[in-house]
Amino acid sequence: MSTVDTTTAPVPTRTTPARAPRRGLGSLARDTGIVLVRELRPVTHDPFSVMFGLVQPLVFLALFGPLLVGSLGGTTTGQEVLGGNVWQWFVPSILVMTTLFGTSTTGANLLFELQTGAHERLLVAPLSRSSLLVGRALKEMVPIVAQSVVVVLVMLPFGFELHVAGALLGLALLAVFGVGIGSLSYALALAVRKQDWMFWVVQQTLVFPLMILSGMLLPLETGPRWMQVASDVNPLRYLVDAERALFAGDLTASAVGWGWVAAAVTAVVGLAVGIRSMARSAD
Amino acid sequence: MIRTRALTKDFAVGRDASRTVHAVRGIDLDVAPGELVAVLGPNGAGKTTTLRMLTTLIRPTAGTATVAGHDVVAEPDAVRHRIGYVGQGNGAGHSQRVVDELASQGRIYGLDRRTARRRADELLDSLELSAHRTRKVSDLSGGQRRRLDVAMGLVHTPSLLFLDEPSTGLDPHNRANLWEHVLRMRDDALATTGEPMTIVLTTHYLDEADTMAERVVVVDHGQVIADDTAENLKADLAGDRVVVTVPPSAAHDAAARLTEVARRVEGFREVTRTPAPRDGVGHDAATVTLDVRAERGDAYLPRLLRAADAAGAAVETAQVHRPTLDDVFLALTGRSLREAGTGATDDSDTPASERTAA
Repeated sequence: MSTVDTTTAPVPTRTTPARAPRRGLGSLARDTGIVLVRELRPVTHDPFSVMFGLVQPLVFLALFGPLLVGSLGGTTTGQEVLGGNVWQWFVPSILVMTTLFGTSTTGANLLFELQTGAHERLLVAPLSRSSLLVGRALKEMVPIVAQSVVVVLVMLPFGFELHVAGALLGLALLAVFGVGIGSLSYALALAVRKQDWMFWVVQQTLVFPLMILSGMLLPLETGPRWMQVASDVNPLRYLVDAERALFAGDLTASAVGWGWVAAAVTAVVGLAVGIRSMARSAD
Repeated sequence: MIRTRALTKDFAVGRDASRTVHAVRGIDLDVAPGELVAVLGPNGAGKTTTLRMLTTLIRPTAGTATVAGHDVVAEPDAVRHRIGYVGQGNGAGHSQRVVDELASQGRIYGLDRRTARRRADELLDSLELSAHRTRKVSDLSGGQRRRLDVAMGLVHTPSLLFLDEPSTGLDPHNRANLWEHVLRMRDDALATTGEPMTIVLTTHYLDEADTMAERVVVVDHGQVIADDTAENLKADLAGDRVVVTVPPSAAHDAAARLTEVARRVEGFREVTRTPAPRDGVGHDAATVTLDVRAERGDAYLPRLLRAADAAGAAVETAQVHRPTLDDVFLALTGRSLREAGTGATDDSDTPASERTAA
């Protein structure tokens, strides 16, 4: 089934209220817009819902952060690896963690719509299949940015230094990465729609190793060699390194370039897999 | 409006290609504009699979289907523009507000923002949902959600509306209410567009197919086994039932004599006797029931009673039962519709009691 509508109706049997001829990319953009607006509505009506996603990151900040400071802050390894200010090292981690948790669980919303029949309703409507995925994935950017801004604002009184340009680029990088992970999460939801409990098993099984092997919580420099090798193939590690550089105001670090590569690859792969799954989601 | 030829759908079960479920086996169906057709059959008969092919949700394995002037495989988007669909589940997203979800649907079908809002309010008004306009869908009752589903299916005033088991899970009051709305929306559509709305529904509620549909298509094992008005199906396939009892004192011989009399009366088709003759001792003390299938049971009964009197056969009670669509299904397949499909049989739901209830 083609994902982009290139046919127009030659012989309408009856006049429906409005049927503009729709074709190609214009139609895809329009459909994506409709899906995006629909997905954002619950967020705009209830902005506080976005903050629920912050509970876990804030727990890490409040309970894990002080331990990190206490155990590594004064040591020489700590000085070498974390730099002088532990928060400068840890807050970017928390932003990536927030993005990872938020977007990797977002497929659960689709899973619910698959069960209720809301997704089926959209499949019967004249919407391109791609837009159903792309619109949802793009929506992920909004909570990511909102949550990140809150985390940064909360940490400013604790001595976190803000470099505005780097921070803005850092948010953009997170948004691109989030689109990719969000798409993969939707693809997972579509893949396991007949055994929905599988969603959480797979999500949890993947998220925690990825998180630990990214050097997000504890520096990998102090870990064994095999963990460092494993982290080399983990896109999340490049993202974490890039965010640390950007939030330190170092816009030209090579880590930033690798971070963009990792985010772009994640987004492209995620969208490709997601669109493919979405096109097959009716059977 | 709908034309299918040899429409077929096979599902592979697991990875083994040799284990295939033939859900739909070559259905030919023609539906003219303005018809209200019920597709009736037990669970697993292929009703929903057929509907999902007609609404472009799944691709047929073989055969063709033209819906609202367009081929479901070649031009799915053109079909989607022209049909309304109310699925088995709830079409509205649970975290959405009622009016937003309706307006989103309008936008999808090409209405501009303001027209979509206006159309949403119009539908909420006519489906008596205006009071719940800004509530979340998850806060609606089952009946309200179902009405919202209907509203979503009608946003673009389609000329063809599909309803997949629309009233499953609703209580009798809500079912009646839903149908009241659907039929009124159909009248409204005719009044505003001058064209009748075609409605195709699937159901396993016998009375729903019987009272609502102008035409009943009976499906079993993926094939159409009957297709006519409910009246004709009942008259042609089932016939009326006349049930007479013989008092215990006269039972054995009298029952045999009455059976002979019944066979000779005009309109007779077949007779079942319970308890059956010669099924052991002791039944002489029990009432014997004769269950006669006849054309025009209301005319047959007086004739039978006169003949029984003349032959000196005693009759204690007599009743005429109009047939139900379940009798039609029974006549067609030898199974009761309620027991077919799932295989789950409710012990209290004996054929005799369910037919009397109708």
